[in-house]
Amino acid sequence: MSKNDIKVALIGNPNTGKTSLFNQLTGLNQKVGNYPGVTVDKKQGICKLSATQNAIITDLPGTYSINPTSIDESIVLKTLLKKDIKESPDVILVVADVENLKRNLLLFSQIKDLEIPTVLAINMVDQMSRKGITVDLSALKKELNTEVLLISARKNQGIDEVKAAIIRCHVAAKASPLCGVNHKIDPDYFKKLKEISPNYSLYELWLMVTQGNYPDTITKEEKEKLLAFKQDGSKLKKYQHKETIYRYQEINKILKKTYIVDKSKAKDLRSKLDKVFTHKIFGYLFFVFLLLIIFQSIFDLASVPMDFIDRVFAQISDFTKNNLEPGILTDLLSEGIIPGIGGIIIFIPQIAILFLFIAVLEETGYMSRVVFLMDKIMRRFGMNGKSIIPLISGTACAIPAIMATRTIASWKERLITILVTPFTTCSARLPVYAILISLIIPDKKIFGFLNLQGFVLLLLYALGFATAILAAYILHKTLKIKSKSFFVVEMPNYKLPSIKNVAFDVLEKTKSFVFEAGKIILALSIILWFMASNGPESFKNAEKNVVENPVHQQLNDKELQQKIASVKLENSYIGIMGKTIEPAIRPLGYDWKIGIALITSFAAREVFVGTLATIYSVEADDENTTTIKEKMASEVNETGEKRFNFPVGMSLLVFYAFAMQCMATLAIVKRETKTWKWPLIQLFGMTGLAYVASFIVYQILS
Amino acid sequence: MNTIASLHIGEIGYISEEALDFIPLKLLEMGCIPGAEVELVQIAPLKDPLYICVNGSHLAIRKETASKIQILKVNL
Repeated sequence: MSKNDIKVALIGNPNTGKTSLFNQLTGLNQKVGNYPGVTVDKKQGICKLSATQNAIITDLPGTYSINPTSIDESIVLKTLLKKDIKESPDVILVVADVENLKRNLLLFSQIKDLEIPTVLAINMVDQMSRKGITVDLSALKKELNTEVLLISARKNQGIDEVKAAIIRCHVAAKASPLCGVNHKIDPDYFKKLKEISPNYSLYELWLMVTQGNYPDTITKEEKEKLLAFKQDGSKLKKYQHKETIYRYQEINKILKKTYIVDKSKAKDLRSKLDKVFTHKIFGYLFFVFLLLIIFQSIFDLASVPMDFIDRVFAQISDFTKNNLEPGILTDLLSEGIIPGIGGIIIFIPQIAILFLFIAVLEETGYMSRVVFLMDKIMRRFGMNGKSIIPLISGTACAIPAIMATRTIASWKERLITILVTPFTTCSARLPVYAILISLIIPDKKIFGFLNLQGFVLLLLYALGFATAILAAYILHKTLKIKSKSFFVVEMPNYKLPSIKNVAFDVLEKTKSFVFEAGKIILALSIILWFMASNGPESFKNAEKNVVENPVHQQLNDKELQQKIASVKLENSYIGIMGKTIEPAIRPLGYDWKIGIALITSFAAREVFVGTLATIYSVEADDENTTTIKEKMASEVNETGEKRFNFPVGMSLLVFYAFAMQCMATLAIVKRETKTWKWPLIQLFGMTGLAYVASFIVYQILS
Repeated sequence: MNTIASLHIGEIGYISEEALDFIPLKLLEMGCIPGAEVELVQIAPLKDPLYICVNGSHLAIRKETASKIQILKVNL
């Protein structure tokens, strides 16, 4: 990044192909960062405009207007009001959809009034003839007094012209308002407003008044004067309404001269598809059918790469152990760090596949129809049609799901969605469910065709989803949060997904999972490793005691090593913790060994399986579940009965379905809600529920 | 009073001037302005939300909002 780079802000309505243009301009030269203080992702990329000139392009969140209604949108205003030389954009590139030019020009007219050099790229012009649209480009340029280009980002048409126009616009550095927040509304009022400061355009000052958002450069005196304008709230609202009407009037005038639509030529795919997708029966049936396909593919397609990752990490771990000098660092590497990283990587296939589906559904425009279908139902439970996307994403991982709630404008609906999403069955619960089900549920068919084990798994998914909905309902009735529930969703045109956009989207979301969740899972893995491989006096003597115990004389070398590992774990800090909590978990049917596994599950739930493997002294590096299963099946309790009998198994299943055991999720909830209050409520609420439910299940069944 | 919520599917109305104060700013900005032609495209299966087309924008809004926006009906 050099000083001469042109800083370009990319702005546009949602569904205008803004992301396509960003991807075309920057290719893989992208990085995702954070805006200071907020959690919205900041996407930036470098674009080579000419042999000597580069641009840094910031892809701002899609918005219909500069006046924000969600956190995503508020970023646009903040960025544009910046006066900092390092941060404020030199050129604004506005992307508009040719088919919906009128509405797109509203945002353009606001941007133009900021008096920053602006380029307008009218996108999707390859659709023009099909939709019967004609644009008089030279007249439009003149009317808008702006560089206007007709492009098709998907077909890679007009991209070079965009680059050239950015340079021209930057060199000319000319900017004039389009309509101005006009004196037609109230000449005196706006004249007085402008007199506050010569350093800002009238529209900038107006935005500071209406949005309460000030650039750092504002002086105390100026701010006080601006605040005086804020006092009459109803007047502000009225003027904002008038301003919008006035803008549309101007836009209509301009488009009348430059833009023609021949509706008879327009062929409409939309209404035909809408008839099916929003149909009161077929609409829901199709959605359910789609969900089944998605879940089926997550299981089927992801199992091969997941097994592969599992094996590779076990081998790397073995390799390090056998080839590096023995010692604490080698142990840390082979038993803490490598399995820790493996525990993150293993989820990538499932998460990537789920996000692939979601990205395709969003790109095609179908997702808006689902939101439309589900809004009324979700609202009864205090959520929003848009909550359906996080709830589906939650079946892969709650972390990206919680980040997906940012588009929900109502804080109460968003908060409820965040709080209940972790109830949905995420991929980390699956290995736990799988091994417990195989232990306690017979492998047989019911009704002649349904696999009983599979059916129980399905029930657990249903349990998670039902609990999420029920919890949402309770929160809806108890949370006293006043927030305006406002809902408007654009129903975009149906279109084929762009492979590039989908691929970038999946890549980006997967990356954010790996880094967000990864660092916490890794840190906890290391802490847990330390606690499992250290302990007080009895831990240090474990090896000696095992070897010297006459009972162990007949054991062969391998069995002896396993026995040592098991006794060591029992006497380690974590073993002591397991024993400490034993009285508390005994009523649920668990012993201290299961207690240890519950504690280690806080890194990630699937660690349960690996921990039990170590405790039952299965070969530590052998991830072959049949051996773990056999060990677990033959484990007995004090009275000589099977440890993992039906009541204990069911109790554990219920516990894992409800308990909040994922530190990474808690950290994300803290970040998104900006307080520890909500993650703590989740931790204690969900885990408390798990405790009570498991207690009831165990006591009834045993 | 005729509002967007009282339209039938496929029916067209014009947003009345009196509606201005009842239209949320965001909806105005998305093209739902007085004088604009509004068509009710579809109603969600549970009678809410409504899927409308106004000023070339296809939008889903809740019935609650729609029932506050006064329109003039035209019989074609």
